[in-house]
Parts: sequence; structure tokens; C-alpha cells
Amino acid sequence: MWLPSYATPSERLSRILVVAFAVAVMLFLIAPLFIIVPLSFSKDPFFTLPVREYSLRWYEDLFGNPRWFEAMINSAVAAVLTTILATTLGTLAALGIARPDFPYRRAIMALLISPMIVPIVIVAVGSYLFFGEFGLTNTRAGLVLAHTALATPFVVITVTATLSTYDTNLTRAANSLGASGLSAFFRVTLPNILPGVISGAIFAFATSFDEVVVALFLTAAEQRTLPVQMFSGIRDQINPTIMAAATMLLILSILLFAALALLTRKKAR
Amino acid sequence: MSVTETVDIERIRTFVAVRRAARPARRAALSLALPLVGFLIVAFIAPILYLLVTAVDNPETRSILPRTLTALESWDGVSTPDEPVFAALAADLKLAKEDSTASQAGKRLNYEIPGMRSKVLAASRMAAGLEAGPYREKFLDQSEIWAAPETWSVIRRNGAGLTPYYLLTAVDLQQSPSGGIEGVAPDQAIFLPILGRTLLVAGIVTGLTLILGYPVAYVLTIAPRTIAAVMMLMVLLPLWTSLLVRTTAWVVLLQSDGVINAVLMALHLTTEKVQLIFTRFGTVTAMTHIQLPFTILPIYSVMRSIQPTQLRAARSLGAGPTSAFWRIYAPQTLPGVVAGCLMTFILSLGYYITPALVGGPQDQMVSNFISVYINRDLNWGLAAALGVVLLLVTLAIYGLFLRLVGADKIKLG
Repeated sequence: MWLPSYATPSERLSRILVVAFAVAVMLFLIAPLFIIVPLSFSKDPFFTLPVREYSLRWYEDLFGNPRWFEAMINSAVAAVLTTILATTLGTLAALGIARPDFPYRRAIMALLISPMIVPIVIVAVGSYLFFGEFGLTNTRAGLVLAHTALATPFVVITVTATLSTYDTNLTRAANSLGASGLSAFFRVTLPNILPGVISGAIFAFATSFDEVVVALFLTAAEQRTLPVQMFSGIRDQINPTIMAAATMLLILSILLFAALALLTRKKAR
Repeated sequence: MSVTETVDIERIRTFVAVRRAARPARRAALSLALPLVGFLIVAFIAPILYLLVTAVDNPETRSILPRTLTALESWDGVSTPDEPVFAALAADLKLAKEDSTASQAGKRLNYEIPGMRSKVLAASRMAAGLEAGPYREKFLDQSEIWAAPETWSVIRRNGAGLTPYYLLTAVDLQQSPSGGIEGVAPDQAIFLPILGRTLLVAGIVTGLTLILGYPVAYVLTIAPRTIAAVMMLMVLLPLWTSLLVRTTAWVVLLQSDGVINAVLMALHLTTEKVQLIFTRFGTVTAMTHIQLPFTILPIYSVMRSIQPTQLRAARSLGAGPTSAFWRIYAPQTLPGVVAGCLMTFILSLGYYITPALVGGPQDQMVSNFISVYINRDLNWGLAAALGVVLLLVTLAIYGLFLRLVGADKIKLG
């Protein structure tokens, strides 16, 4: 696997160097993520390794301090609402795009993907000014609207990818056997593309739950999300409660990622 | 002749009939995407358009000094205006004082005439106390700024509902009093250097992710299946982790009492703490870490489709390992390299959080200045104009991406 059978000695050496280099890059990718975990369990309020004494005091602060706890709840509520909206809109759109006779495909795809591309500060400032005209700044509704726009490309991409392997004859068969359009969708199409839809929903949830910049502009103290609370903490006085929050976010990411991995494996089978 | 003509007409008729028959299906397909298209127009496109309008919107002078602007219509443009103009200004400022809008007009004019804000406020306080004219002498006594024709031509110019001022400022240009466009003084040219810095950092990060990512993508294709799966996990997990968490990790690592300094000291590589956080090095390192998966994944997906037998064929035909790699393998990976690098470059242009937390004052990108002008200076016009510049640069590269790669090629993991 690693080497073709015809490799020369110098090729073997260069191959070893390439693999060693790749392993080093992998470490560079992964190690920084896990550096925060031991620090969040440190008893000391500063960040040195190795940790001298372990304690759960920063987690007590995270869950006991109403500011942090409310921020977590706010994030969760916004993320759930965003997921519902983005998954519905994105799945519908993907169903249209996947049809062979979808018109203006390139232009519409470019539009639907653009929220991934436009610099986040522009989205944040634009929403801040525009939503302000309708009294939507400092409301949860405004935050959910902006987050939904950011999350839909992920749903469109994942569902379109799943639909590309879906056999449309199944829908046709359902229709020919007397199922109405809606009933065929819910009983035949949706169960078949469900892994893609759930993947999209997971992406949408993560997009909203992790998003900082738009939330910074669109929320006041009452709707303040966890990332915003973390961001202002890092700016003013970085304290280990932020490490505990970061560790929780990391665990959440790993869980969502594992869920996604399980889904895609099932799909491949 | 006539036979071919009939055939052609037949073909056109058939074509039209097929298109017409396909129309309901096209409409049905489109109608499924319309809710999302409509939603994005309201919640995404409209805010961006609103931002574009804010960059040229110029309501202050027009709404606060309307009488002055009317009186200025008959002004010759070169001398100090006559009494009617000053009388109109006094009337406008008297009202502005009552409505507390004088500071808005002053702030707006201050962008183009330094010191104007305090002059307008002082004049509005004076105007509020004046019962009758003549006004001209009183204004001229208070400040010589009211005698300068430049002051009046700026006021007259800003009677227009739209202004190029913010957009020009965002690219270090200005309107001369005579109306021509010229560059600002070199010591005041700050925005093009910021744009240049943004492009430079994005370029460096793109280059580094390519150098670090290309071998990783390659090893992913040659490693045995289980090892490749673990490696893939290690590439995708950072992508899944919140950007803020990854930036936080770098803050902790780079701090002067942080982990990297501790390691360097323990290894006796340095005896003094090295300044890593709030530096260009720190910013670029953190951004490279965050962007690496975006560069690796497209390269990997292209490399996976290259047949290993091609390399073997090249070798059997006498190419050395280096030559086979550069002449057969590397050119075929180019589409992935282009896709990955363009994506990373586009995303790097818009960085805000990482430079704000890890970078120093010299590492702040266009996005950071947009945020500063909105939150601290309350200069929305300039923030919007910088947004327009950043958006145009980004969309230009997105256009290139769409042309070379295509929106439907974007994959997630």
C-alpha cells in the first residue's frame, strides 16, 4: 500500500520523509484542540502545563453562574430554531435542484451557496443595519433569521449529494401505485434521503451553535449566546471558565461529528 | 431548398413543443427552490444591499441644513457667501439646536473638513441666541472657517442625497474642493494598505496550507484503509470544532505564559519569553491551522481519482520518480489545488475573530476595521464602504471559483 513494488531506495527514503511530514502536520491539526481539555480541569487560574492540581471549579462556574448557563440555553434555543428552518428550506430547495429539468441551475446554485462565501462581518453588519429598521436587532428572531441564512448552504449541499444517488424511479413507482405527491415524498423519498437530511440538520445546528460574529452584532445581554460570552471573556480577561466552555463545545462537536460519521457509514452500506 | 426549409421549420416546431411540454416540470422544480431563494433574498441579500446603500447614503446635510442649501444655489462658488446664506444657516442651526441634530450635521461635515464638528456645534449655540440679523459678521467673527469658500463648497456638495465620499475614502481617494478626484496625502492613506495586508495574509495562509496540506492529502491516498480512516478523522475533526474554540486554543498556546513558551524554555531553546501572541506569526499560524482542512479536502478528492497505474506506466517508460511526479501526477492534481486554494483564500479574506484575538494592531484585517467603524466610531458610511470593497474583492474571487470549479463541486467531508 505505502509503496509501489518498483520503488528505488531513494524513493523509499523520500516516501518515509513525506509520511513523517504528514504525521507532523496531523499533530499540528489535532494537538491544539486537546490542549484546552486538561487546562479546563486545572485548579489554577492560569494556563500552564503540566497541570499541578485538578479540580472541577471552572465547570461549577460554567453551570452554576447564571450568565454562563443562560448563554448556553440561548445558544441551544437559537440553534434548534435555525436547524428546523434551515433544514426545511434547504431540503425543499435541494429536491428542486436535483430534478433534471431545474432551470438556471448554475445561477441559483451560486446564490444558494453564497452565504458560505460572503465575509461574515459583512453579513453581520448588513443584518445589524437592515434588521435594525424593523426592530429585529437584539431579538432572538433576528438572530435565527441570520443564522438560518448562514446554515442553508450546508443543508443544500448535503441533501443534493444524497439525492444524486437516489433512484427517482422509486418516487415514480410510488406515484403509479396511487400515492399522492406528498404521501410519496414522506413515505418513499424522505426515508431514502433521510441520512442526507439529518447530516444537513447537524451541520445547520453546528453552524448556529458555534457562530460568533453575527451573534455579537445582533444580540444584547438577554439573547447573548455561549460563543459571544466566550468571546467577550477572551477579550477582557481570559479565565479558565472559558476553557471549560470550550471543552464543552469541543465535546459537542465530537458528538455531532460521530453522529454524522455513523450516518454516512450507513449510507455507504 | 423548399424541402430543407420545411424540415427546419419542423425541427423548430418540435423544439418549441418540447420546451413547452417541459415547462410545467421546470416550473415545478423551480417552485421547490423558491421558498429558499425568497428567504435568502429577504434575510441575506437585502441586508447586503442595505449595506451597499449605506455606503453612498448622505442624509445629514440635506435634512438638517435645507434652507442653507437652497440659499447656496445662487452662490458663485469662489467668494464668501452673502448675508442670505448666513441667515439661512442661522435658521437651520437654530432648529438643529432645538432638535439636537446639529452634532449629526457637524459629524458628517467633520469627515471632510477636520474640526468642523466643534465649529458647527458652537455656531448652533450662537444661532440659538440670535434674534435678528445681520448674521454674516457674527459667523465670521466666531470662526474664519465660515469665510473659506471650501467650507461652503463641501456643504453644497453634500446637499446631494448620495455621496461618493465613503467609497472614495475606503480606497484612499478624496474629492478636491473643485470636484476632481485625487489621492489623499500619503500619511493619511490607511485603507489600501489594510486591504493589501488582508490580501497578503490571505495569500500567505493559502500558500502555507498548500505546502502543509498537499503531502497530507497524498498520504491519505496511499495509506492502508484503516490508517487513512483515522487520518481522515484527524482532518475532519478540527473542521467540525468551533472556530472560536480553535482560536481560544491558540490564545492559550501563544500567550507569553503559554504552553509554547513553556516548552521552548524547558528545552532551553530560549531563555526569555518570546512574544508570540499579538504578532503576525501568531495570526498566520492560527489561521493556517483553521484553514488547513479546507485546502486538504478538495486536493484529496482529486488525488483519489488518479489511477496509480499511470505513475507505473510513466516509470516503465523511463521517467525517474521526480519526473514522474512532476510531469504526470502533479498536473492532474491541479483542479483540486485550485479548488482548495481559492476556497481558503476566499475564506481567509473575511477573517475577523482570529486576528481580533490573536493578532496585534498591525494584523487587523478589513473585517476588523469594519467592526471598529460600526461599534466604536459610529461611522456607518465608512464601515459600509469598506464592506463594499471587501465584498467586491471576495465576489471577484468567488466568480473565478465558480468559473474554474463550480458551486456544485463544493463538498462537505
